[in-house]
Amino acid sequence: MIEVENLTKYYGEIRGIEDISFSIKKGEIAGFLGPNGSGKTTTMRILTCFFPPNSGRARVAGYDVIENPIDVRRRIGYVPETVPLYPDMKVKTYLNFVAEAKRMEKGQRRRKINEIMEQCGISGVSHRLVGNLSKGYRQRVGLAQALINDPEVLILDEPTIGLDPKQVVEIRQFIKNLAGERTIILSTHILSEVSMTCERVIIIHEGKIVAVDTPENLMGRLQKTSRTLIQIEGGQQEVKDKLKTIPGIINILEKGESSPGVFSYEVESEKEREISAELSYLVYSNKWKLVEMRAMKMSLENIFIELTKEDKV
Amino acid sequence: MNFFPIFKKELRSYFTSFIAYIVLAVFLVIAGYYFYTDLALFVLWGGASVQEGLWQYLFHDIRLILLLTIPLLTMRLFAEEKKLGTIELLLTYPFRDIEILLGKYLACLAVFSLMLVLTVLYPILLAIVYQVEVGPLIASYLGMFLLGSAFISCGIMVSSLTENQIVAALITSGIILTFWFIDWNEAAVSPTIATVLHHISFFEHFYNFVRGVIDTKDIIYFMLFTFFFLFLTLRSLESRRWRGLR
Repeated sequence: MIEVENLTKYYGEIRGIEDISFSIKKGEIAGFLGPNGSGKTTTMRILTCFFPPNSGRARVAGYDVIENPIDVRRRIGYVPETVPLYPDMKVKTYLNFVAEAKRMEKGQRRRKINEIMEQCGISGVSHRLVGNLSKGYRQRVGLAQALINDPEVLILDEPTIGLDPKQVVEIRQFIKNLAGERTIILSTHILSEVSMTCERVIIIHEGKIVAVDTPENLMGRLQKTSRTLIQIEGGQQEVKDKLKTIPGIINILEKGESSPGVFSYEVESEKEREISAELSYLVYSNKWKLVEMRAMKMSLENIFIELTKEDKV
Repeated sequence: MNFFPIFKKELRSYFTSFIAYIVLAVFLVIAGYYFYTDLALFVLWGGASVQEGLWQYLFHDIRLILLLTIPLLTMRLFAEEKKLGTIELLLTYPFRDIEILLGKYLACLAVFSLMLVLTVLYPILLAIVYQVEVGPLIASYLGMFLLGSAFISCGIMVSSLTENQIVAALITSGIILTFWFIDWNEAAVSPTIATVLHHISFFEHFYNFVRGVIDTKDIIYFMLFTFFFLFLTLRSLESRRWRGLR
């Protein structure tokens, strides 16, 4: 659905993106992950035919962004990061303008607008001025204008920025519900967002792609040892000594006293070796009081730091 | 050409933001005052003839109000979209740049035409008590329309260069004034240059219309002026291709 080959965009001397290639299949939700200024918005603006790349090719919904920009634009929905809307227009009037702009047939406009307003939960504010809406509603109106032409591809730049936690959850769920028929690209610098909503992550750093994979694979690939967190009451030295006797354990880190008398340890072990059975046996046979035991996953934060570090070297 | 949605949006925006009403009100109050003064001073006391004198005075005066009001109509057309960031969405809708430009230009031209149409009231009022010849009036209105169209295209071009509306309005007035006065210091330049400046200046071309003369040369001048600035606006819109936005 989206094919990008060797895309490069410079703003004069300043690098936007350099030699970016990836492809996204129909119905997929792909997450663009990268720090601010890494080239996410630049890539999105090329895909939306806002401006052309300096070199490389990009095809969206089967059309080339340079040769057939109008055909591409008819098949996409785009919500820029700032959700720019006309403050002096009423919500319904605005959506009607967008429907006209996207060349929808006159007969189905009214029905479609009502349907979309219902879907985005903005029917109640349809006669209010856009300028008087809260940030959460503005985001919904932004999504509504993107969805009005039933786009095959939805491009969302930082869709949850500036929303309160409840709205963030709502918007994420909303985006997930949209997937299936639509191909969605969203960009974010919040790492947990990607693992929650996206099936595939494209990590971009300083204008270049660092990794493309599923969140799970990325974690698996970069995690060289497995870590287990264990909290046990009492007997700090004794616990530590006995834990060391389990085969396969590489290192034990003391994480201090988490509550009075309870100490936590981070147990690092060989990746393929399952140590939880031996750990629990040890706890049982020594009659220790176990407070917590869980496997620690490498977070996307760690992955990200890891990847961008490798890139530097 | 799919410019109609933009045309409709801009026209609606002129009236919902009250800009159109305020500009219309100011324009009509001053134009009415000019009509009264020109009629009372030059015709009744000064002895100028209605057929030859009145319309020349009146339309030269109205031209002055256009210098003030048209930049206020054009300043927001692109500058506001840039300031709000809405231009980013607009340019990703299935429009060609020229459709966006035409929609905005024609919407502004429509408001300006409404201003002109409302001043037709003056000759109608005069016609009740006095025989008014229609020919010179038609020439004058055509001249006004073409002049306004040239002002608007200039204003749109400036508006596409900045995101500050006040800057857009001021620079537009500046450019218009320059084309207005450019042949004033003819005594200081050689005859050849003076002739060239005459041809570039608004004044010479506009003067023919208000005298009741419709010359294709003058029509072409104003149309070329309009096209030239609209063309520059298109180039300015396209600059995002190599410059990026913000």
